[in-house]
Amino acid sequence: MKISLDNVVKTFDTFRAVHGVSLQIESGELVALLGPSGSGKTTILRMVAGLEYADGGHIYFGEEDATDIPVRDRGVGFVFQHYALFPHMTVAENIAFGMKVSKIRRSAEAIRERVEELLALVQLSGLGQRFPGQISGGQRQRVALARALAVDPRVLLLDEPFGALDANVRRDLRRWLRKIHDELGITTLFVTHDQEEALDLADRVVILDKGRIVQQGTPEEVCRSPENAFVMRFLGDANALPATVRDGKAYVQDVEFDAQGLADGAAEVLFRPADVAWREDGQGVPAQILRVLDRPDSRRVLAKTTGGQSIEFDTAPEFPHRKGEAGFIDIRRPRVYATG
Amino acid sequence: MTGPSPHRRPPRIGEAPAFRRTLLAIVLFFVAVIIVAPLSVIGVHAVSKGLPYFAAAIAEPDTRHAIMLTVLTALIAVPINTAFGIAAAWAITKHDFPGRRLLLIVIEIPFSVSPIVAGVSYLFVYGLQGLFGPALEAADLKIMFALPGIVLASMFVTAPFVARELIPLMQAQGRDLEEAATSLGASGWRTFLTVTLPNIKWALLYGVVLCNSRVMGEFGAVSVVSGNIRGQTNTLPLHIELLYHDYDAVGAFAAASILATLAIVTLCVKVVLERQGAGRRNRPATLAGNESLSEVKP
Ligand SMILES: Nc1ncnc2c1ncn2[C@@H]1O[C@H](COP(=O)(O)OP(=O)(O)OP(=O)(O)O)[C@@H](O)[C@H]1O
Ligand SMILES: [Mg+2]
Repeated sequence: MKISLDNVVKTFDTFRAVHGVSLQIESGELVALLGPSGSGKTTILRMVAGLEYADGGHIYFGEEDATDIPVRDRGVGFVFQHYALFPHMTVAENIAFGMKVSKIRRSAEAIRERVEELLALVQLSGLGQRFPGQISGGQRQRVALARALAVDPRVLLLDEPFGALDANVRRDLRRWLRKIHDELGITTLFVTHDQEEALDLADRVVILDKGRIVQQGTPEEVCRSPENAFVMRFLGDANALPATVRDGKAYVQDVEFDAQGLADGAAEVLFRPADVAWREDGQGVPAQILRVLDRPDSRRVLAKTTGGQSIEFDTAPEFPHRKGEAGFIDIRRPRVYATG
Repeated sequence: MTGPSPHRRPPRIGEAPAFRRTLLAIVLFFVAVIIVAPLSVIGVHAVSKGLPYFAAAIAEPDTRHAIMLTVLTALIAVPINTAFGIAAAWAITKHDFPGRRLLLIVIEIPFSVSPIVAGVSYLFVYGLQGLFGPALEAADLKIMFALPGIVLASMFVTAPFVARELIPLMQAQGRDLEEAATSLGASGWRTFLTVTLPNIKWALLYGVVLCNSRVMGEFGAVSVVSGNIRGQTNTLPLHIELLYHDYDAVGAFAAASILATLAIVTLCVKVVLERQGAGRRNRPATLAGNESLSEVKP
């Protein structure tokens, strides 16, 4: 089922949480909504689910205008951040709930079989008689997923599905979710504020800031060509040096960078910590080493340019230089963005 | 033997034995003087002239009528207020609508207003000289000094009991469960019965018990609207006062012991229901928590 959002707007009282978002999710695609806290991810997801109504714009499920279809009839599977499992029902009863209340009548036998099938799918066979209070967080999350899948939803929506779990469980569950998605081929939209998670899991990443889409594309596209400084910063560590643009060139303390297409004026040069080479002489922005931090597979160097800007960069563990030494930083993949 | 015992732990505030004993003594003293002593006095006095006299006092038609009237009032007022309380708590905690906060405050009013004020204001509204008095009389509807008035006054006084028990709990539970249920295709009614209700049933039970005790025991508001007609509009609390003023001490104590018994029966019903519920394995997470983990079969 293909989903389209057309200029969707949501206002709470006087606060506009979502400003005209347009988005297409192809049938069978797995898309991540990524953004900092408060950027409107949950609100968008809830509007797609029908838990919240859009104030403006339209939401289409395939060709059908679903904007005003209530949740109950929308046929979505929603997985809540805090699972929202029914605490007074067993795991099996939780999973069976959607089938029991469905308008499609199923025999008790059919429901039982389907529950077993889903328990096997989420690798929880044998735990059907436990209560949610008697299983671990990761297991609860998988029950929540099985419960959502039980009603054969047209779309699967997940709100920070792994938010409350520890890093290792997150990584496992995320790979596992990808596998399930590939098996079932169900159109999936999930929300996260963790870049690694979005890049790891999604076919396409939609990056939000203050209720607006700032960029969308495959993980490769957003990583390799961030369209603005916000995306660049949000996706990972970034250093920034103030620059001035003149005639298609950006200058940082006399060092020249290509800035084709940018208007003259203030700008900044952003680059990743891994994209720096330290030179004892020659080209680059002059800087002094402040500290050297050791990491298992690299050394991180904290330095300050002669212009007074703090920067950090990663080097090989054999990096010979020490605190106090002066040199030049040679920036490999600089990105220049206009400021203001 | 030296060395740390397995139960060693740092001392906490109030753990000194002398402090503990004093605290316990104070609590027991208060319970004895304020709660247990008066109740036992009722029991003793009621049977002081011998059980036959006690039985006769209860069999007295006016007393019997008062008992019936009190029970009848409770049978009407408690279910209505329970339904109202659930509806109000549900509306306030699970929905957004203009005036939500105002409703929350209005529901609390009976808690803070003296019951006698409620009684008098009903008199102003429905009494003969009241707002609707003439209209009601023309329609031959009797509200004041009759059962409807008594029920109304009792309902006013106990309106907040159930809602007040439920609102904090339902607020803490949030809307996730209901949203999950509807997203799975459940209707509003179905969601309420299968998801909301099972998670609030203990608080609900407690609210109902409180509501019931108060309805049966309400004096102030009811005394204004009932008119104190012996054998007709006298509820048990009013009747007790009447007997007492008639210097029928044994009758008064007998009737009082009945009222106390009714309250204790309610409490027992609550305890039994709770026991039964706790014995079953499906109970709310708020109560299940950790101890349910130990229940898992090896
Ligand atoms: N029911 C509501 N009433 C008023 N404001 C709301 C409501 N829900 C969300 N908001 C506001 O809308 C904005 C977006 O909220 P939303 O929950 O969509 O953010 P989010 O991107 O999911 O953030 P997080 O990562 O912290 O979950 C926030 O500023 C929030 O305060
Ligand atoms: Mg959110």
